[in-house]
Amino acid sequence: MSFFSKSPWIMHYDGSSCNGCDIEVLACLTPLYDVERFGVINTGNPKHADILLITGGINTQNVEIVKTIYSQMRNPKVVVAIGACALNGNIFRDCYNILGGVDSTIPVDVYVPGCAARPEAIIDGVVKALGVLEKRYEQLKKGIVPKSVREEKAS
Amino acid sequence: MSNNMMVMSLLAGGFVLLPPLIGGLIAGLDRIITARMQSRVGPPLLQPFYDLIKLFSKQNIASNRFHRHYLMCYIIFMIFSGAMFFSGRDLLLVIFAYTLADIFLVMAAFSATSPYSFIGAQRELIQLIAAEPILLITALGMNMACGSFNTAEMFKCKEVLFLDLPGVFFALVFVLTFKLRKSPFDLSTSHHGHQELVKGLTTEFAGRTLGIFELAHFYETVLLLGIIYLFFAPYWWLALLVIALTYFAELVIDNTYARAKIKLSLLWTWALTIAIGGGNLVVLYILGHVRN
Repeated sequence: MSFFSKSPWIMHYDGSSCNGCDIEVLACLTPLYDVERFGVINTGNPKHADILLITGGINTQNVEIVKTIYSQMRNPKVVVAIGACALNGNIFRDCYNILGGVDSTIPVDVYVPGCAARPEAIIDGVVKALGVLEKRYEQLKKGIVPKSVREEKAS
Repeated sequence: MSNNMMVMSLLAGGFVLLPPLIGGLIAGLDRIITARMQSRVGPPLLQPFYDLIKLFSKQNIASNRFHRHYLMCYIIFMIFSGAMFFSGRDLLLVIFAYTLADIFLVMAAFSATSPYSFIGAQRELIQLIAAEPILLITALGMNMACGSFNTAEMFKCKEVLFLDLPGVFFALVFVLTFKLRKSPFDLSTSHHGHQELVKGLTTEFAGRTLGIFELAHFYETVLLLGIIYLFFAPYWWLALLVIALTYFAELVIDNTYARAKIKLSLLWTWALTIAIGGGNLVVLYILGHVRN
């Protein structure tokens, strides 16, 4: 039995967005929703995190940052894209500097729609991500390590 | 004598196995009480164990070759110092081994290339400098009051050491805030919920290495609370009560104070150590001469 679903540590990054979803992610940690009940901890350090929550789209400035954060996370890891901007760029998608949603840069496992996404939806997305995390751990035990973003680009 | 030796080795063996359980439970209670203070429900009691097992099953990518060895030395010396303490050996040896363990932790942080890790390591050294004098004063004071440096004698001491060393006790409790990594003195790295410098000292620890760090902290907590126990050794119920009260006070302070500046915290600690710790020793010395 693995303990990933009992102790998912999240890392949270805000791309090109209005900060609405950003605030909703933090709302999950407040007394009203208190996700620490389920062992969720907001770490702020990619090396400690299991789940990467990204709100907002990817632009030409933050694309390298997102890649770095993703590649610094230890396996098994899962990415959750939160809010309409993270899904496809939303109202920012036609801007000159926007590359698109999060999946334009790193592989996304769970999509949480909404503008802004509600805390309940975000918690639901994290719970979905736990299933993926467990599956990744099983694969890791068999020796299957997912390729990093840069390796994928090179091949 | 051989019977006595066996008891001692049993105690030392017990120290290797029990503190991860006791320390983990204390950490779990800590997180629940902290959450309740913030009007949250908080995680399950066994959460620290879940975290630990998860950390040990994560992929292990070391920052460099030396990192893990330093951390292994850290936990080995931490266990060693605790085992010496609970098997009744020299308190000075315990404190020196404990300090050495901390030095290995600093070296582990310095061996990584992250600037956050570097600043965390520098701060840990400052914390060490702040906390070291009072630990030594505690050992000296207990020797003066009890007539021996051996913790076995202190555990068996007939009188309550607190009555001889109240100043030392309060100065030690003040420094405990550094050692338990509680606000306002969680400068080098912090517990969950607080955040500064990413994670300071532990920024480059990930997966298994972070697990080792957490595990060593369980040992550390039990060792420190053991030293608190010594002050009230003749009455075990009183000692346990004081330990509970001390830890609760640490939690209240943790939740009500913002982080102190590094220079200020060093100044406060040394001032307090010299004033009430050193002052206590001087009074004890004079009283000893008057009595004789």
